[in-house]
Amino acid sequence: MTSAPVLSVRDLKVVTTARNPAEILKGISFDIFPGETLCLVGESGSGKSVTSLVSMDLLPRGELAVAGGEVLLNDEDITKASPSRTRALRGSEMAMIFQEPMTALNPVLTIGLQMDEVFRAHRDMRKPERKAAALEAFESVSLPDPARIYDSFPHQLSGGQRQRVMIAMALALKPKLLIADEPTTALDVTTQKQILELIQRLKEEQNTAVLFITHDMGVVVDIADRVCVMRHGEIVETGKVQDVLSQPKEQYTRDLLAAVPSLTPRKARPQEGQEKVLELIGVNKIFSFQSFISKLLGHEEHSVHAVNDVSFRLDRGRTLGIVGESGSGKSSVARCILRLEDPTSGAVVVNGNDIVPLRGQKALAEARRAVQMIFQDPNRSLNPRLRVGESLIEGPLNSGEARAEAMARAGDILEIVRLPRESLDRYPHQFSGGQRQRIAIARALMMSPDVIVADEAVSALDVSVQAQVLELLAEVQKRQNLAVLFITHDLRVAAQICDDVMVMQRGKVVEFGPAEQVLAHPQHAYTRDLINAAPGRDWDFAKGRNIGALV
Amino acid sequence: MLSYFLRRLLTAIPVMFFVAVFIFLLLRLTPGDPAQAIAGDQATPAQLEQIRESLGLNEPLSTQFFTWVGRMAKGDFGQSLISQQPVLQMIGQRIGPTIALALTAMGLTVLISLPMGVLAAWRHGGLTDRAVMAFSVIGFSVPIFVIGYVLIGVFAVNLRWFPVQGYKPLADGFWPFAHRIFLPGLALASIYIALVSRMTRASMLEVLREDYVRTARAKGLSEIVVLFRHALRNAAIPILTVVGTGFAMMISGVVVTETVFNIPGLGRLVVDAVLARDYPLIQAIILLTAGTYVVINLLIDLSYALTDPRIRYQ
Repeated sequence: MTSAPVLSVRDLKVVTTARNPAEILKGISFDIFPGETLCLVGESGSGKSVTSLVSMDLLPRGELAVAGGEVLLNDEDITKASPSRTRALRGSEMAMIFQEPMTALNPVLTIGLQMDEVFRAHRDMRKPERKAAALEAFESVSLPDPARIYDSFPHQLSGGQRQRVMIAMALALKPKLLIADEPTTALDVTTQKQILELIQRLKEEQNTAVLFITHDMGVVVDIADRVCVMRHGEIVETGKVQDVLSQPKEQYTRDLLAAVPSLTPRKARPQEGQEKVLELIGVNKIFSFQSFISKLLGHEEHSVHAVNDVSFRLDRGRTLGIVGESGSGKSSVARCILRLEDPTSGAVVVNGNDIVPLRGQKALAEARRAVQMIFQDPNRSLNPRLRVGESLIEGPLNSGEARAEAMARAGDILEIVRLPRESLDRYPHQFSGGQRQRIAIARALMMSPDVIVADEAVSALDVSVQAQVLELLAEVQKRQNLAVLFITHDLRVAAQICDDVMVMQRGKVVEFGPAEQVLAHPQHAYTRDLINAAPGRDWDFAKGRNIGALV
Repeated sequence: MLSYFLRRLLTAIPVMFFVAVFIFLLLRLTPGDPAQAIAGDQATPAQLEQIRESLGLNEPLSTQFFTWVGRMAKGDFGQSLISQQPVLQMIGQRIGPTIALALTAMGLTVLISLPMGVLAAWRHGGLTDRAVMAFSVIGFSVPIFVIGYVLIGVFAVNLRWFPVQGYKPLADGFWPFAHRIFLPGLALASIYIALVSRMTRASMLEVLREDYVRTARAKGLSEIVVLFRHALRNAAIPILTVVGTGFAMMISGVVVTETVFNIPGLGRLVVDAVLARDYPLIQAIILLTAGTYVVINLLIDLSYALTDPRIRYQ
């Protein structure tokens, strides 16, 4: 590169402002040049987001502070500039897009007003000019019907549309630097692919320097020119993306790459007996919404067919994956199996009994024991006010087990999920995300279930932790001879752990079969779209080479 | 929206009916005889009997109740047992000062406590924050009559900025009105300032952590715009709730302030009515208060929909 860097970070140190300051960034340095995408990649707590916040001068006041080094934006040190100067730079010279498009836009203001503010804060433009510029910006990010978007509120748009609005706002004034903090993590794969392509296109058109933060190696492959691997507030390794991925120099980078699940499906395990534990026959779930008044007026009721004629069987010791994007009905299927929702029609057969006609807690007790669920976010699925032991024995106590006996068993089961027995007396916040998910697994095992339903059970975890939890789940499954229903949006995870895969779209099953068949030789167009959209699908992370298109 | 509003008004009817039954029975269960109160200590049993007969107090309770409700439906709330004036007229004479006082107090509350709460949340943990919190503890813990007399002592007696007591209606001109209503308004507002500024601070603290506030800052907006346009509107719902219920409570709870500042309002009318067992008057005032609560609750609900576009009533 011949031109000067847009952003130059020199020996940057950030500390917490608590009584015993801890170093969050321990002297990191990097440059980004015009038209270049630099990826900061690392696991949670590595300091990637803090780096981006320092660059924007948005560090939370009273919590974090810069302790040394400089951040040069076009040779101007952001860390020493006055607040009014950095405010003038924000939005005009440097801009940022965030992870959660659902929460990043203000819910009570129209999209138009939020866009208008960018122009009003930085440019001397009259109202009609500003509106024209806003509509043009919406056009440039391929939003349909910009005039309608302008008058909408955020909740009236989809996640992908909101992220497009965010990008339009960030790039409206053609900033030199765009910081994107996990901008596609909360999106479906097909939407993610479109947003990544959009960022790539706009970067090329405007010659923007992009600082792209992600934990997803697949995304790195697709978007980065250069990559910095971060760990514990330090840059472990940096270089051209091809070099780092194919010849990683550091052990940490190698471990990180090895933990990325391969898209190539594993072979289905040989099946021994064929003991059916769970079967769904023609299950439908229709949610309908109708107010009393509109019923009186004879209006059509508004309904959503969330689960449309779903049938499958699951045998002991097998893993069935349900994959699909948000709104495809995969979680509704799980909720019907647990009878958290009442299916509109069809049969849910658990251990030979159809549980759909059963009414009341007593009648359902046996099925509720047999089918246990593990939820996505272990931070929220464990009661923060209960000790781990209390959470574990709650189910057994309800089904009549003696307290002392249940507690003893809880200790044993914690050891099975490789946590110390003393964990019984501790609270959930004293554990890491991965450990909490182990506790969630232990809680499911306490009921000696026949089926475990895992709804996005590893989606909130870092890749290395994800690998450990998946390994644990496989081990537990083998040991107890469990059937697992694994719901995920991540095809990589599905490829590694499922024997059979069911692809859902808008409530319907579009493809169902052995994982190696469905994922390697998809028949349905939607399955192919999903696989094509999987980030970094051309890269074999374990072997560090480009493998070209799979399909 | 309109149909929601009308339906809510319809549901107010059973609420008001139950309130009416409750008030009616409660008053009949309390000891004390209105006939005795009218006739005085020297009355003979015959005189008492005659008074009871003329007031309809000898009828069965259910007859008394339905006569009362039936008359109210025609707009006749009855006459005061003591002054013989129509109850509505008596209330009408007294409600002006009370409403003026409550509106002034609420206006002062909003003007003072919103900026205080926002500032405290913005400078969370700093000196401003601690000052606001200390102030709100004082507002909570010092009784209204103490605050009232302190305000009179400082601003009326010593500094002579305001008159000590009294009331002039708005019809006599804005300045005489405002001059006299300011101190009582402030005294009555003190507890609500404490409450609303605390509520604003708590609600703002939560909202300031939201992603969209970070987005607003990332766009390079000034802090004033970030705080008042982006954050405060999102923090508004709990604040509106407290302001609304606070207003309803004010209407019924102004007795002390009216007494301290010698204002001829509703609060003192209630006290006099209760002491004299003036059933029709007490009933009408309580019904009016309950009606105020119902209407204000409805207004609070509607204001939610106006501040947050995601709330749309079916």
